[in-house]
Amino acid sequence: MDNINKITRNEKLLEINNLTIQYETDSGTVHAVENLNLNLGYGETLGFVGETGAGKTTTALGILRLLPAAVGEIKSGQIMFEGEDLLKKSEAEMRAVRGAKIAMIFQDPMTSLNPVMTVDQQIAEMIKLHKKVSDSEASKLAGDMLELVGIRRERMHDYPHQFSGGMKQRVVIAIALACDPMMLIADEPTTALDVTIQAQVLELMKKLKDTFDTSMILITHDLGIVADICDKVAIMYAGRVVEYAGKRELFTSPTHPYTIGLFNSVPDIDDDIERLNVIPGLMPDPMDLPTGCTFHPRCVHAIPECAERKPETVETSPGHFVACSVLAAKKLEMGGDER
Amino acid sequence: MSVKTKTNGASSNRKQRSGLAEVMFRLKKSPLAMFGLGIIALIVFFAIFADVVAPYKFYAQDLDHMFETPSRAHLLGTDEFGRDILSRLIYGARVSLQVGFIAVSIALIAGGTLGAAAGYYGGKTDNIIMRVMDVLLAIPQTLLAIAIAASLGPGLLNLMIAVGISATPRYARIVRSSVLSIRGMEFIEAAHAVGSSDFRIIMKHIIPNSMAPIIVQSTLGVASAILNAAGLSFIGLGIQPPNPEWGAMLSGGRQYIRDYPHLTLYPGLTIMTTILALNFLGDGLRDALDPKQRR
Repeated sequence: MDNINKITRNEKLLEINNLTIQYETDSGTVHAVENLNLNLGYGETLGFVGETGAGKTTTALGILRLLPAAVGEIKSGQIMFEGEDLLKKSEAEMRAVRGAKIAMIFQDPMTSLNPVMTVDQQIAEMIKLHKKVSDSEASKLAGDMLELVGIRRERMHDYPHQFSGGMKQRVVIAIALACDPMMLIADEPTTALDVTIQAQVLELMKKLKDTFDTSMILITHDLGIVADICDKVAIMYAGRVVEYAGKRELFTSPTHPYTIGLFNSVPDIDDDIERLNVIPGLMPDPMDLPTGCTFHPRCVHAIPECAERKPETVETSPGHFVACSVLAAKKLEMGGDER
Repeated sequence: MSVKTKTNGASSNRKQRSGLAEVMFRLKKSPLAMFGLGIIALIVFFAIFADVVAPYKFYAQDLDHMFETPSRAHLLGTDEFGRDILSRLIYGARVSLQVGFIAVSIALIAGGTLGAAAGYYGGKTDNIIMRVMDVLLAIPQTLLAIAIAASLGPGLLNLMIAVGISATPRYARIVRSSVLSIRGMEFIEAAHAVGSSDFRIIMKHIIPNSMAPIIVQSTLGVASAILNAAGLSFIGLGIQPPNPEWGAMLSGGRQYIRDYPHLTLYPGLTIMTTILALNFLGDGLRDALDPKQRR
């Protein structure tokens, strides 16, 4: 990393401020994302970790303004991308952002490709939407992209069903990177793949991310993947970011009880245990969230105050944000002593 | 290694064929579809060159030879005015094919657009469009066609419009349901995420994926449109005599069916053969258009 890079890295590519997203359904309001604050620098990778239903995908779709139109609504907040608020853009302006500046990789490569179009047509579609090129040039670029992700050019005229799952995900990655986007949102890109292919695809994404110098938001359940490729991690619980820190910081000193619970539930290969250490209880119903701290009913450190007051997000050490009234305060005291 | 080169060769052969040639190539593999295509081509040929091919004029009456059974002079016999049935069938192909294909096109374009809009946008748009379609669907198709034809007046064009409009709700429903099933797929979301517009998504992603049921319904629809048009002609709202039309010939011969069954037999067989051929062709087309059936 040279100096020029360091200077640009001080500016943020993406800054999300107080983002609140709700789903209005017939049976009530779902608080999918509440008061979310995040930022992402140029070339950085942010891991987005949380249980199913924690609001990770909702946040990603919110950034692209692709929430289901009838029910999903961004209630408040700001999504600053390259200094412009995406929430203030018109639909036509958003179409120019999608794909060209922010691309998305979906979870399931089996269903995220159009079954009746050949893969080169699908890559070329992305290119033609955002660049002024002729059909033959677009097709040639599509072939280049396929080679870049490790698929032979001869196969560019094949249909998605003629590829294996891992190869389809490579095609999806080729589509996402075809217009050299500033930011990539990968929504559980390896969940649908088996473990050996997961490793290959992750390796490829890591390599391409560095080649293209793309920032990335990686949504995952898998702390191993986070340890592998992320620079920063945001832990989400019930629509809120409960802990947000650099990868090393988070893995060495997890502070929020939920994060600690997550780490404890990862089995250790050296330990011979009968049961996994799980966090007791279930995710709360997003239509009926607990008062105060949403995690307090499952929290071993909970004090009566937790049920009454929403925890403030505090910076326990530079760049390490925790939303817990009990442990964050404790850690601050300890940190104070050290200083 | 040798296997590898072989597949390479195959895929480079494949890429040289354009879209239509590719479909034809695969259609040729199905003998039934080719049979259907052959019959349709034959009928279209007869319709176009009716003046040359037909042994008599469709209006030429020969009152000495009424109700004649097939003979050398009249290959399929004559009808109640001594008109040559074969010639009338050949001329009738013009009208019947036109009515069949154009009426279905009207229904497909109108119903397809409405159904696609309803399925894609959902919510209020869907509700309004589909409730109107339900109202139309509640009226029996023939009755609806009669009402429309009666208000427009007799004539070929009005006949096609009447048959087309009365068939529209069926197409709207079919297109809507296949659009609904495609719309929820992840690749549509992915298309949004690359910045495609709604129109582009409908045209490039949704319609091509929902072709199969639409093609099948359309080929069946041509058949039912021919029958429907025949019904309208029968009650005097369609093709006016002496112009020949298969359905009109069928219903015209109905009253002589006990004594002279050949008056209804041959038009009936013609309609049946055409419909069968269309169905074979439609079936083959559906398979040929589906990339997953590619070998």
